Amino acid sequence: MEALSLPAALSLVAGGGAGLSPERRAALGASLPLVQRDYRFERVWFWGCIQGVRGAYYIAEGLGPDRAAPRSRLYSLNCLDWSLLTPATKEMLALTEQVKGRFQGDPSFEYNLSEINAEAAARLIESGKEPVIKEETRLIATIEQIDRTVGIVPRGAFVKTPLGPVHENRQFEGLSLVEAKKLSSYFHFTEPVNLKNKTLLEKADLDPSIDFLDSLEHDIPRGSWSIQLEKGGTVVVLRSLLWLGLTFYHVPTTKQFGYVYFGTGEKNLDLPFML
Amino acid sequence: ERGHGPYQPHEPGYGLDQPGYSPYEDEIPDPQAQMLAIKNAKAYLLKTSTKSGLNLYDHFANILTKILDEQPTNAVDIIENISKDVKWAQFRKKMDTLRDEHLIPPTFEAAEKCKALFVKEGGEEEHEEVEEEMGQPSLPNVMETAFYFEQAGIGLNKDESYYIFLALKNLINVQPIQTCRFWGKILGLEMNYIIAEVQLREGEEEEEIEEEGEETIAEGEKELGEGEEEEEQKEKEAEPPKSTYKPPPEIPKEANGTGTNKYVYFVCNEPGKPWMKLPPVTPAQIVCARKIKKFFTGRLDAPVVTFPPFPGNEANYLRAQIARISAGTHVSPTGFYQFAEEEEEEEGADTYEENPEFEPPPVVEMVESLTMWAHHVKGILNQGRCAWINPSQKSEENEEEDEEEEEEEGEEQQEERGPPLLTVISEDEGMKDIPAWTAQASTNLIPQYSIAILQSNRWPGAYAFASGRKFENIYFGWGHKYSPESHTPALPPSAQAEFPSGPEITETVDPTVEEEMAFKVAQEEALAEAEEEEDEEGEDD
Repeated sequence: MEALSLPAALSLVAGGGAGLSPERRAALGASLPLVQRDYRFERVWFWGCIQGVRGAYYIAEGLGPDRAAPRSRLYSLNCLDWSLLTPATKEMLALTEQVKGRFQGDPSFEYNLSEINAEAAARLIESGKEPVIKEETRLIATIEQIDRTVGIVPRGAFVKTPLGPVHENRQFEGLSLVEAKKLSSYFHFTEPVNLKNKTLLEKADLDPSIDFLDSLEHDIPRGSWSIQLEKGGTVVVLRSLLWLGLTFYHVPTTKQFGYVYFGTGEKNLDLPFML
Repeated sequence: ERGHGPYQPHEPGYGLDQPGYSPYEDEIPDPQAQMLAIKNAKAYLLKTSTKSGLNLYDHFANILTKILDEQPTNAVDIIENISKDVKWAQFRKKMDTLRDEHLIPPTFEAAEKCKALFVKEGGEEEHEEVEEEMGQPSLPNVMETAFYFEQAGIGLNKDESYYIFLALKNLINVQPIQTCRFWGKILGLEMNYIIAEVQLREGEEEEEIEEEGEETIAEGEKELGEGEEEEEQKEKEAEPPKSTYKPPPEIPKEANGTGTNKYVYFVCNEPGKPWMKLPPVTPAQIVCARKIKKFFTGRLDAPVVTFPPFPGNEANYLRAQIARISAGTHVSPTGFYQFAEEEEEEEGADTYEENPEFEPPPVVEMVESLTMWAHHVKGILNQGRCAWINPSQKSEENEEEDEEEEEEEGEEQQEERGPPLLTVISEDEGMKDIPAWTAQASTNLIPQYSIAILQSNRWPGAYAFASGRKFENIYFGWGHKYSPESHTPALPPSAQAEFPSGPEITETVDPTVEEEMAFKVAQEEALAEAEEEEDEEGEDD
């Protein structure tokens, strides 16, 4: 969610019971603008908080002029001092798929890879590195996965220019109440995967400046999103069931929207049994 | 005959010989008079008809507009029809036959419900009488609790907390409640549940037990009646082999007010909606709830389709999960509660009372050492109850049926013992390397006002705080236990053994033709011998 609208946004997401203490909020209010200044970001988003066993990681994302470009991520243990995280690589993602269980809360904690996956450990030893995964790596990969699979925006909020970069749509006035209840009005804010597979008939109805992302309709498994209208429709809240803790809010007919993650950073692999 | 001068209409000057129009007249016709004449004419045209409310001026204007818009051919021939059409159009509604329905967004209905919460209860006279009879039921200070939890970053937003506060007040006014507490919120797919933990006043619970007793008696009579019919039928037909399967004896649920049913729970989907009472929980439901993992939909009557089949619908599943969460995560500072009298702890003392001599330890100690916290709800045994019961020592009816069979056929179940009430939470087992609880102070910057916060790792979403003499537990989450391994559903049981094959049902091989012939020959020989013997005997006589 936008750092500037943080207080209002947090109260809209609080339906799930998770939020920030006043101390953290105040700290964020002070430190996020400084982050924006130091790293020359155009926008700073407060991404959320991953609860470890002994501590919590607070994550922020910075965006440049092209909103769809890979975002820079920063983490902090106390909402005051932020450290930049390296971008995620495919190897990181592949390695950390094996690691299960809670985050520890200490970024230098090392997971012993040989216990988890002997082959990968052997490969690492051959290439001269130690067979461990640092928690920081796991953090990077987890954030990347969450953003990729369940980071969503409403349809029409972002517009793609003919030259390529993506900007916020100043004409966006919010979804109507009817549209807000449909899954097809929300897009994944990452590189589209399913867009090319649409039939010509469907593509004809699309507006290439707005519909350049995947919608949520075809997410597998079906029903992995829970849509609720709170307060009789003043706020529409989408909660992901695949990554428990990701909450997206939008106030229909206004420009307010955003998503935040408050959770343990673990994928809910039991989802098919639970639906 | 034509006179002289310009008489033809097409010739210029036609009509100039009329008085007032001659070109030789010096007097310009009075403009005032002309204007007056025009005005009079217009006023006449604007006169509204007494019958139809139309006036000629507007009517002409409409006709001309219509003609100029549509430009029909031969307008002059159909002018009367056009006039009729214009008049007729006055009576047609000006809108389309298809109109958009005026949508009343549900926003306003919800706002009405919330507003209704704020209405102060009327009928104050009845209120006072009730208060005199019983002690005033205690409304929990939800806002204060919300403030403390907010220091840890947990909780709903203030508006919602206030609505819940008001909704609880309504609940207390409607139901005969002795103590009440906001238990927490469980999220669901379509709607969420707001849950209140309540103790009813003593008289009210007995009525329910009687009703349930009547129901079970009626069912038992029905079963007896059906059993008699079946027996009669069976006597007529040959009986198939009876199944030797006996379902395990049903474990009775705990009485209201003890064990897992110590509290009664009310739920509602949103503050402002009516509160629904959840039924008491049975051990079978708890045992089954341990094996399944399902999201709540938000509708209490939704079926829970799982394997093993859950005995009940979503209301029962919700109640079972609430019971498990309460038993697993309701903690208080050690020493806050003590046993009522010094009874033997082996009996499983169920009751506790506040310790008046409790001295709250400093926050630092509460955070660092988990021995400062203790469970004040009894844990649930594997059987599904808090107090173990031997299922073979059941009611007399069952014993009569079992007389024929040996009572010792069933496995002797060992008595289960769980940890006694008021055990400290440091003895809770963790999962792999994860401890069962995480303790934190709410702030490191202002230690004199920080409070101790506990988060449960076994039930993510369960929190507890303590600050001085105040403490509280709450739950915000999806209602599921955390397990480091993925959930593996129970496998279906192995196929039952077939009926044991004994000589009664083994088919004998049909005799071959030779065997039959040999048998026939042997029989004839035996007959022949018998006849010869008889003949011989007869001859002898």
